[in-house]
Amino acid sequence: MLHILRDSRTMVIVLLIPVILMFLFGFAISTEVNNVNVVAVAPVQNDYIRGVLSRISENQYMTFKGCIAPKDIDATLRQSRADAVMVFNHDRPVPKIELIMDASNTTVAQSAAACLRGIIASEGGGMTEFVTMRMLYNPQMKSSYNFVPGIMGMLFILICAMMTSVSIVREKETGTMEVLLVSPVRPMHVIITKLVPYFVLSCVVLAAILLIAYGLLGLPLSATVLNVVWVSLLYILLSLALGILISTMTERQVTALLVSAMLFMLPVIMLSGMLFPIENMPEVLQWVSYLVPARWYIDTMRKLMIEQLPVSGVWENIMVMGGMTLLIVIIAIRKFNDQLE
Amino acid sequence: MDRNDRLAISVKGLTKRFGAFTAVDHITFDVAGGEIFGFLGANGAGKTTAMRMLCGLSFPTEGKGWVAGFDIMKQSEQIKKHIGYMSQRFSLYDDLTVVENMRLFAGIYGMKTSDAKLRIDELLSQLHFGQERHAIVGSLPLGWKQKLSFSVATIHRPEILFLDEPTGGVDPITRRQFWELIYSSVNEGMTVFVTTHYMDEAEYCNRLSVMVDGQIKALNTPKELKLQYGVDTMDEVFRRIARGATRSE
Repeated sequence: MLHILRDSRTMVIVLLIPVILMFLFGFAISTEVNNVNVVAVAPVQNDYIRGVLSRISENQYMTFKGCIAPKDIDATLRQSRADAVMVFNHDRPVPKIELIMDASNTTVAQSAAACLRGIIASEGGGMTEFVTMRMLYNPQMKSSYNFVPGIMGMLFILICAMMTSVSIVREKETGTMEVLLVSPVRPMHVIITKLVPYFVLSCVVLAAILLIAYGLLGLPLSATVLNVVWVSLLYILLSLALGILISTMTERQVTALLVSAMLFMLPVIMLSGMLFPIENMPEVLQWVSYLVPARWYIDTMRKLMIEQLPVSGVWENIMVMGGMTLLIVIIAIRKFNDQLE
Repeated sequence: MDRNDRLAISVKGLTKRFGAFTAVDHITFDVAGGEIFGFLGANGAGKTTAMRMLCGLSFPTEGKGWVAGFDIMKQSEQIKKHIGYMSQRFSLYDDLTVVENMRLFAGIYGMKTSDAKLRIDELLSQLHFGQERHAIVGSLPLGWKQKLSFSVATIHRPEILFLDEPTGGVDPITRRQFWELIYSSVNEGMTVFVTTHYMDEAEYCNRLSVMVDGQIKALNTPKELKLQYGVDTMDEVFRRIARGATRSE
């Protein structure tokens, strides 16, 4: 009993996990959709259109963001200024309505579409036959598309951060690290040689994922594949840096494993937008999610792979990831040197 | 200059503090080239900390020191090239074979492949390893592992060999063989700096120092120490010196 209590770090983690999970699932994370941003294309307004739009504004899950010109539809969706566009095509009393959804996130698109149809139906008195729907970027609503970036975001953290940290900490635990440090090999050199195999491994995994995604799942192939590759390499570096950081914080393999599970796996699964849309979370958690590297990566991958955006569209995300990598490398090196005294 | 004329280790007022705790308190001693220098002391007396400073694993808080002619404050990278170190814990790679471990460390010390091959064969025959050379290290008995660690520490023919309790938990026969290995290294020209808790092993050393509470309380040949304290065994000498210790684990 005392033995367990003295191992304070493990204890804290064991006690925190259930609390955090309960909190996340109970309050924060929901698969229901809210905060759906809707814009309308309505050249002529009439009572019916005004009725629909005011219902959307009143709906607690929707936010009405105003009207746009028809030519701006694509740009608005691509830049994530809206999740759904409602196009009123005729100035008949009950116009034909076209719904254009951003389907790069399947969950959001499906729920939002159902919700919008409901609103139109109640306003139009059963006139839903006039509604047509277009799913952009993922026309078949394949959820496999949606999962590819998420899986990638998780796998690289798993391989790079977790396995690297455990393997470095293992050297400390078995005492081989000490022998290496007495040798003329520079400490940074030791670390880099430990990283190389995991970097190579990650590259193989990346190649395999891309082959499956583009070959078997039929993800549309385009020029953005190159961007996908180099942004993924950046993310792999970021994960490796995280791995070194954990290894400098812990002395035991078990602790390294727990810390990476707690600090990285949980947030990646819960807060990165991999399973649960970030827009649905309470504001506090959305802020927390800004700190999760996978969030930026998964978002970038969705835009590059599914929406086929050019790199200029995800520049901000890439800068954030680059900045994170730099910061973590600096902290990790400093901590590593401190340890050597 | 003959290397045996030079001091292998020279330390003046070496001190290490961890916060308010002084682990090593102004120790001063010299070790001549080719000497077997026994570094004794009870658990927690500060032996390992002192040794870590000499090996460049930790910076002294105060004092001066030279190892193999290099300043421990400024030239730890140079020192590392000229020393071998065997840790208290077995610290080779358990999942590599005997030969793979040797090759790895030969590579780490920058030996040429051809030199390394000759040296590895030499060490293996010295250890009487036959078929075992391709055995996974993790499966070897402890005594064998310790002898292997010793060989790996000497693979690059260091000038000075630091051994931190090399024979802990090893049976008397293997310990005997272990000391034969130490003697043959000294005959090749190495200087050996060794810590131990076995007083029969202390008798094998040319000179001994005894640390108590971070300070060196005695430093002489085993024979002189026994005379000085008027007792017959090193065991008794150690007990008399260590009696005043306030620190223990």
